[in-house]
Amino acid sequence: MPDQEEIRRKLGLSDSEYELIKEHLRREPNVTELNMYSVMWSEHCSYKHSRSSLELFPTSGPRVVQGPGENAGVVDIGDGFAAVFKIESHNHPSAIEPYQGAATGVGGILRDIFTMGARPVAFLNSLRFGELNSAACRYLFDGVVAGIGGYGNCVGVPTVAGEIYFEPCYERNPLVNAMCVGVMPLERLVLGKAGGKGNLVVLAGSKTGRDGIGGVTFASEELSSDSEKDRPAVQVGDPFLGKLLIEATLEVVENGLVTGVQDLGGAGLTCALTETASRAGSGIEVELDRVPLREAEMPAAEILVSESQERMLFIVEPEKLEPLQEVFKRWELDLAVLGRVTEGREVVVRQGGEIVAAVPAESIAGGAPCYYPQSREPAYYKELAAFEPLTLPPPKDYNRVLLELLGSFDLASKEWVWRRYDHMVRTSTVQGPGGDAAVIRVRETGRALAMSVDGNGRYCYLDPYRGGMLAVCEATRNLSCCGAEPVGITDCLNFGNPEKPEVFWQFEEAVKGMAAACEALNVPVVGGNVSFYNEVDKEAIYPTPVVGAVGLLECPEQQGKVAFKDEGDLVLLLGGNELSLGGSQLLKSACGKVAGRPAAVDLELEKRVQDLSRRLVREKLVESAHDLSEGGLAVALAECCLQGNLGAVVDLPVSDRREDLVLFGEGPSRIVVSVKPEKLAETAALAKAGGVDLFELGTAGGGILKINSSSKPLISLTLDEMKQAFEGVFKWIME
Amino acid sequence: MKWGVVVFPASNCDLDAYHLLRDVLGEKVEYIRHDAATLAGCDLLILPGGFTYGDYLRPGAIAARSPVMGAVVDFAAGGGPVLGICNGFQVLTEAGLLPGALYRNSHLQFRCLETYVRIESSSIPFTGAAEIGKVLKMPVAHGDGNYYLPEEKRLELEENGQIIFRYCDFEGNIVREANPNGSVDSIAGVCNRAGNVLGMMPHPERAGEKILGSEDGLVIFNSLLEFYGNREVRGGA
Repeated sequence: MPDQEEIRRKLGLSDSEYELIKEHLRREPNVTELNMYSVMWSEHCSYKHSRSSLELFPTSGPRVVQGPGENAGVVDIGDGFAAVFKIESHNHPSAIEPYQGAATGVGGILRDIFTMGARPVAFLNSLRFGELNSAACRYLFDGVVAGIGGYGNCVGVPTVAGEIYFEPCYERNPLVNAMCVGVMPLERLVLGKAGGKGNLVVLAGSKTGRDGIGGVTFASEELSSDSEKDRPAVQVGDPFLGKLLIEATLEVVENGLVTGVQDLGGAGLTCALTETASRAGSGIEVELDRVPLREAEMPAAEILVSESQERMLFIVEPEKLEPLQEVFKRWELDLAVLGRVTEGREVVVRQGGEIVAAVPAESIAGGAPCYYPQSREPAYYKELAAFEPLTLPPPKDYNRVLLELLGSFDLASKEWVWRRYDHMVRTSTVQGPGGDAAVIRVRETGRALAMSVDGNGRYCYLDPYRGGMLAVCEATRNLSCCGAEPVGITDCLNFGNPEKPEVFWQFEEAVKGMAAACEALNVPVVGGNVSFYNEVDKEAIYPTPVVGAVGLLECPEQQGKVAFKDEGDLVLLLGGNELSLGGSQLLKSACGKVAGRPAAVDLELEKRVQDLSRRLVREKLVESAHDLSEGGLAVALAECCLQGNLGAVVDLPVSDRREDLVLFGEGPSRIVVSVKPEKLAETAALAKAGGVDLFELGTAGGGILKINSSSKPLISLTLDEMKQAFEGVFKWIME
Repeated sequence: MKWGVVVFPASNCDLDAYHLLRDVLGEKVEYIRHDAATLAGCDLLILPGGFTYGDYLRPGAIAARSPVMGAVVDFAAGGGPVLGICNGFQVLTEAGLLPGALYRNSHLQFRCLETYVRIESSSIPFTGAAEIGKVLKMPVAHGDGNYYLPEEKRLELEENGQIIFRYCDFEGNIVREANPNGSVDSIAGVCNRAGNVLGMMPHPERAGEKILGSEDGLVIFNSLLEFYGNREVRGGA
């Protein structure tokens, strides 16, 4: 029999945490209780290293109905309806078992949405892998894409947008961040609260088994070469059951049969019991013998921390149990009454007639210590920041450079990926993958939601403060290019081990940058997820905050698109002048270098550009709008051409800057639009009134993209040449 | 005239068919549960797409043995029109209402993309309003749409005019690149001998509104309305 000390060490609890548990309990915890504290005090559940920084985020606003702290954020989208959304990581499981890791990531975020009473209407995802010349990376990439499709396609929720980047630092620690958006009538909102003494505590859905034991603890440690042995910590998904659970849960919520709903995800039953009780300030008593098990004889601790998927906890008034049972019977789903809500504040767990755990709910769900880790600027930071990319000679052949960028894994068409996702089911996708943002119509109100997910690990590595800002700016700018007003964001903060001062510095700086951008752009953060310990054998990933943004359009017809539309439309560049090749795609693709600093952000200008963009798109003054990001102006123009199957002839604005900087330099607050010649004057007047610079670049038309500088030709490529570079890249490497 | 959309556990295009019929075409439509004993007096039936029973065992295999299928078989035997889309097509082949089988896509991946199909026969109620050779733009979204049946059976179908749609390019040429799943002879949709049961992999209900990218799918629903519009079909089982 291992002693207490060995057990708690295995469970990842520190000595001081153990002392704190004893303080909460006023006695020694037993093994079952230790297991419960261990999973709930893991970083994944308790945010013990990140909580203090996360307080910087603005979380309120006139549209916010529910901010962070619940299963998902809730934002008012008018006419009595709300959008419900959240993003979450499933990095560690996907590193070990890509298909199931990604599938259960999708299943988990899906449950977070319908748990609130919302009908899930869209999935998005943000993925990072190592370079695909490695067979191991191709295996992870293919498995993750298959897993996302495997779950999402089956449950009938379209996967409408995403982003994927490839850097060596993600080789053995890929990032799999899944986001789900739901819609519901506001009055149907139901929270994860176990209120009302005597109410029943009901477990529904899948049987509980030995999969995903201690998954959150596993997710809160660094990976190592022998993490393979943790495969049992990875959950296994059953999307068929997931689909039935959506329908049954929404039906009981709609019929008012439940007073509280919580899904079982990370930390399983322990999390569901203690969080619901803690939020309501009540207690819960349950009998573990009533939990339907996949195998006999599971010890209490395993039942309590199992992360078996597709399970829900309901709080039900006793007289509503029968109608609830009827609904679940009709959906052929298991349902078991585990116990009751009590007056005290304790969660009491019995097995075989004996009490196996009795813990104050609050102490488990909210009693974890809050750490203020040390923070230190990493040694690499100043050195890389001091690098000036313009000391390198400019490329000789800009045609070749543009083709190389268009054909790079980072920028190439991701159609190979998204054609494996059903992005049309529910017939509400009025703009699918490939644009700046996806747009989903809301049938009930006639409005539409735009959504986008963005992050750039290179920028954040080189300058986490600017990188954090840029992520928020780009995600919201993508919405504004579609004409949508950003109403809220959810963030997934992927970092290394926060106990390392250099990693924590990256985290703090990135959060500060994101918070500043959210403040300036008036976008609240309504929920999110922190994923630390993204390290393999001590090598951390780039700091990678990912921002999922949701915006509102008054009607689907208002939406803007990337594609150039008609011959003779004028091509304009709106916005900023701040450019850098630091951390740029050019520097990476052409020189294999990640160095320099990303461009500085003027948040006031960013706001003006986004305001202007929304106005121009909504009032149909422009025919197209596209934000400039990786690869700069040249890549953005190429994308407008490729999507519109229409060339363009443009002249770069006169400047004394180097041509490679103007063509491929990256900077915030910039968009390319096309307008009918007769709309130019009005557009220019609005830009002027809005305090945004406007450059007339040229004209759309023909079958060639020509970019000149003072009439000197720099780039001249046919649509076919660009298409060949841009398309088929993944098919070629993956098949 | 009333349409019925049959809902199996994990059907997921039921809403899309329902929406198109009710909101776009202004038709009367209701859902019919997988465990229903009767078809509630519906005149036309749709078996929608989805992943019934999670595609476990084989796509459509378990749904084909649902209680409601008894009524569906009777309805079809009496000449009632039944349209199976995607997973609904798979259910119909598994139920023996349509010939052939739908295998895993030849490239083994799920595919969601716009396809073009050519109308090969307009002598059945589903395509009567269109002309042979007309090209329709409709999306597919499936992992198991690789239609197969043995050569002699295929020739028989051809002879009987039971091959209704073939994948083609946007100009109507039957080319290999236009076939998204490896289906034999580029077959995208077939009907039974009597012409009242149609199965197709492309989704006409996803091609019924301009804002979704195509309205070409409407011709199928309009053909049915034209054919059955002024007569009582069967009044259900």
